[in-house]
Amino acid sequence: MNKKKTLIDVIADSRLIHTILSIIIGFLVGAIFLAVMKIPVGEAYGMLFKSIFSNTKNLSYCIVYGTPYIVVGLSVAFSFRTGVFNIGAEGQFVMGSLAACLVGILCGSLPKILLIPLCFLAAAVAGAIWGVIVGFLKNKWGINEVLSMIMFNWIAFYLSNFIADFPAIHNEGTAEATRTVSDNARTLLPAGLIEKFNLCPTANWGILVAVILTVVVYFIIEKTTLGYELKAVGFNKSAADYGGISVNRSILTALAISGALAGLGGALQLLGMGGRISIFTSQEGFGFAGIVVALIGVSQPFGVLLAGLFYGALTYGGGKLNLVKAPTQVVDIIVGTVVFFIAISSIFGAIRYLKKSPQKGGSKS
Amino acid sequence: MAEQHVDLNTKVIEMRNIVKKFGDFTANDGINLTVHKGEIHAILGENGAGKSTLMNQLYGLYRPTSGEILVNGKQIEMNNPRDAIAAGIGMVHQHFMLVQPFTVTENIVLGTEPVKGVKLDMATARENVQEISERYGLSIDPDAKIEDISVGMQQRVEILKALYRGADILILDEPTASLTPQEIVELIGIMHNLTADGKSIILITHKLKEIKESADYCTIIRLGKYINTVKVADVTQDELASMMVGRQVTFVVDKPEQKPGDVVLEVKDLHGVDYRKVEILKGLNLTVRKGEIVGIAGIDGNGQTELVEIITGLRKASGGSITVNGVDIYNKPPRFGFVHGVSSIPADRQKHGLVLDFSVEENMVLQNYKDPRFANGPLINRGAIREFASRAIEKYDIRPAHCEERPAGTLSGGNQQKVIIAREVENDKDLLIAVNPTRGLDVGAIEFVHKYIVEQRNKGKAVLLVSFELDEIMSLSDRIDVIYDGKIVSEVSGKDAEENELGLMMAGGGTHE
Amino acid sequence: MTAIINELGVILYATLLYTPPLLFAALGSCFSEVSGVVNIGMEGMMTAGAFSGCVVAHFTGNPWIGFLCGGLAGALFGMLHALATVRLGADQTISGTAINFLAPGVAVMMAKSLFNSTDTIPLMPTAKIPLLFKGAFDTATVFGTFMKNVFTNYATTYLVFIAVIVVWFIFYKTRFGLRMRACGEHPQACETLGINVLRTRFLCVTISGFMAGLGGACVTMAITNQFRPISIVGQGFIAIAAVIFGKFRPQGAMLGCLLFGFCTGLKVVLGNSNIISAQLISMIPYVVTVIVLILFVGKSHVPAANGKPFVKSK
Repeated sequence: MNKKKTLIDVIADSRLIHTILSIIIGFLVGAIFLAVMKIPVGEAYGMLFKSIFSNTKNLSYCIVYGTPYIVVGLSVAFSFRTGVFNIGAEGQFVMGSLAACLVGILCGSLPKILLIPLCFLAAAVAGAIWGVIVGFLKNKWGINEVLSMIMFNWIAFYLSNFIADFPAIHNEGTAEATRTVSDNARTLLPAGLIEKFNLCPTANWGILVAVILTVVVYFIIEKTTLGYELKAVGFNKSAADYGGISVNRSILTALAISGALAGLGGALQLLGMGGRISIFTSQEGFGFAGIVVALIGVSQPFGVLLAGLFYGALTYGGGKLNLVKAPTQVVDIIVGTVVFFIAISSIFGAIRYLKKSPQKGGSKS
Repeated sequence: MAEQHVDLNTKVIEMRNIVKKFGDFTANDGINLTVHKGEIHAILGENGAGKSTLMNQLYGLYRPTSGEILVNGKQIEMNNPRDAIAAGIGMVHQHFMLVQPFTVTENIVLGTEPVKGVKLDMATARENVQEISERYGLSIDPDAKIEDISVGMQQRVEILKALYRGADILILDEPTASLTPQEIVELIGIMHNLTADGKSIILITHKLKEIKESADYCTIIRLGKYINTVKVADVTQDELASMMVGRQVTFVVDKPEQKPGDVVLEVKDLHGVDYRKVEILKGLNLTVRKGEIVGIAGIDGNGQTELVEIITGLRKASGGSITVNGVDIYNKPPRFGFVHGVSSIPADRQKHGLVLDFSVEENMVLQNYKDPRFANGPLINRGAIREFASRAIEKYDIRPAHCEERPAGTLSGGNQQKVIIAREVENDKDLLIAVNPTRGLDVGAIEFVHKYIVEQRNKGKAVLLVSFELDEIMSLSDRIDVIYDGKIVSEVSGKDAEENELGLMMAGGGTHE
Repeated sequence: MTAIINELGVILYATLLYTPPLLFAALGSCFSEVSGVVNIGMEGMMTAGAFSGCVVAHFTGNPWIGFLCGGLAGALFGMLHALATVRLGADQTISGTAINFLAPGVAVMMAKSLFNSTDTIPLMPTAKIPLLFKGAFDTATVFGTFMKNVFTNYATTYLVFIAVIVVWFIFYKTRFGLRMRACGEHPQACETLGINVLRTRFLCVTISGFMAGLGGACVTMAITNQFRPISIVGQGFIAIAAVIFGKFRPQGAMLGCLLFGFCTGLKVVLGNSNIISAQLISMIPYVVTVIVLILFVGKSHVPAANGKPFVKSK
């Protein structure tokens, strides 16, 4: 049993290395597509990296973009770890964002110290409710949760559009959006600080909240009896039931926490970046981005933190690609490829056999 | 008795020097097997000895690493079951390979369906199935869905599947695992009919008695190695047993006389329904006292599963009463019963007993994770759990050693069961319920499990043992209650029990109508 | 009265217009799910079909070649999903999510490369899927107008209902259908009977991609007449929902899609009325689906081996 681990073994076993390899392959595949379309790869990737790393302003943009992705990613990762697949994070995000917006506008006169926590609370509650409804439908009538989550994503989307149109909160101008929330609700950094460090104008405290939430999620999953219960139910409902854990209640709890996280993601995005809700014609896809972030972070809270920043950076950097006439969609191809290779990461484990007995790898008749 | 059909001049199967490796593990190490026409050939070995692996190669599910397989004197390379089927080999797996929502006919013809043009010809299929079931005297309902028929009928469907494909050589993998003594007699009759018809049968089993009753020859495998092939008539059961295990085995469990004490479990007039909402418990009464093992003998499906699920709180009863040490636990949640003295070794260790993705130590506290010993308020106390688990792993000899952090799913079946036994015994409750506690375990592990069950009794605990293995019930129980059709129909003391009599009662004979 | 009949005609027309994309995809999803593979990548496969159908029709001028190529593009991504999930044992959800990013990424990138950095591909009216029964009805009568309103519809609308019958026949009346359903319930049993589970599943997932591609092509070639990055927004997921709604049966999925198509039709007609908020009307299909599920459908039998990778022993 005390065999010395070779490099091959390390590569074959480490999930971190699989993820890094997947990311490298993602960029390679992106490069191939760029090359096929006769776009200079060096120029495009150069632009991508420059617009991410070149200065503090760009870096802060990446963090600002990444913040909501981290938290929605945590939401999905939490659901994965507790055996439910929260494909409804999109709707919970929208509801959280809507709740924070309503509070931020209607209670705008409250002082910052009260208003911001109130906005977060409202967002968490709204997201949690949106998650719990689905669990309730499943427990009470046996309705498939994936199906109802897809429905509730759209219901949230149209509800948000509907409410954003209310005269009490609608923007006075012609823009199809609400008013901006009260300055007391914004989580922006002080202007002096932004200027001093040359940060982006929407640089905000959100990242701190995201880091705290990462630690909290890690703590719940790994260190508490609640985490034990939820994981037991996620892995094996029958055994959990046998062990005296209430399965239905656990599913509701897991969905509530997951929903609350997605809702908080919505609030972070709104109070930090947008400041208002626009009336959209299609879903913004934060929930689906959250799924991707959770997958790249292999559902580990700290992995999700890094994956969220990675995704935020690519989204921000990708937006600058049109400056060199490269399509921003190359980012989707990179991300899709990364996720695809994470899905088939068992092939990285197979290199062990390639080395040991080369004839074994190809025999598949 | 069966030997009259054996044609020693015709070898239908020859497996020569079969080696099968999975990675570094050698499952079969140079095994030889010869089967003649009209012969019932038993393959005997403990769980994990490599019997099923050997047969899966004969059936084309695995490919041998080396060695050759001859069918009817011709060397054949089996790449998949289709090759085996074409060579006239059929296999009835221990875990039935039946598609639950499909009908009997659909299951039998699946893979060789008759068609008219592009359309399935189910009318012809049905006729064919009925014809063949009548020819071999295997009665089935061709239109019933598998999920609605009994285990016995499911097995007949499995045998028909093989016969329908024209199999001349049938492999039966542990075919009696869930049958009643009467059904076993019936099955042996069917096997003899088949050999009379010129078919050959390979019987995989670890039950010595069945080999003596049915087989002509027996090949013994131990730890993947070929031990011997013997003529069954020439050997005793004990000789077979020591060849299988490689040492002398004692099947007698050492159990001192002792007088039962106060009543622990009392079940009165219990009613309950099964998952289809059909009443399955019809007024059951049961008492278990301190210091005794009460065995529930019965055929699967007579309510024993539901009885245990109701006592442990996994299922709601529809009437009656249950008390443990005088405390009413009727229709209370699982944790309530646990707190008041109920622990159990569940029937399905992978479904109820363990969270396979959890580590061994996490599984050790499945009911106790909130106990102040293992948690500080809402926080889990990993250190205390580790300490507890390490002690249990050592005490109960759970292998591999130091497996605290390994996922339970990576342990062997026997060691998984040891984890459950360790947990439930260490829970130290007044009532221990054990359901088929040795299913799928090898002889060594069985001895271990029996030892701990008897030890609980000797310590003055009440033990309720539910098992489909009549031998197990008879060797462990102080009292045997026979369950039939949702009621306890008779009770005998463990010493006086006689197998035939029990078998008859289990089938509803003697006491009903 | 005449007005009501005309309105009804328009609603039914819209139902029949909006159902085919969902229904093609849903029929495909039935293949994949019933054989045991969850295909959450339908959305991406539809986008691939929407793009390829439109772009091929744009260049060839032939709608049917375009339509077919839409299906083939979907099938290509179906094969990718099958490769990962069936052959390489990948988690089906992860692989499907990857497809949902990859396929639209590739489609829009190619669109930009082909059409000089714009991401909208227009389609000539002649290259559209043809309307059937044009001028076949006498519009002088109320009944004739109604018939014209409803049945002068795109050929794909008729095609998709024929496809429902064909798929139903394959599922329940053919050898392949029986085996495919068995693979989704008990793959080990299939393997012992000499049925090649991996090949069957691979084929089913590829078919699901092909049908999703056809569904996507319906959107760009029969409804919007152009390809844009937002041509497919959520239809793939709605198709999956319809399949769960229809208890994994093609005929059930058809009902689910028709319900959705009908509600969308309602939305189109009521949307012009300005009485109720357009946003609330847009919500109708989703709310109605949930209500119908609560009232009539409830729990569905998911194929026993659905979502579980099958590892062939060697």
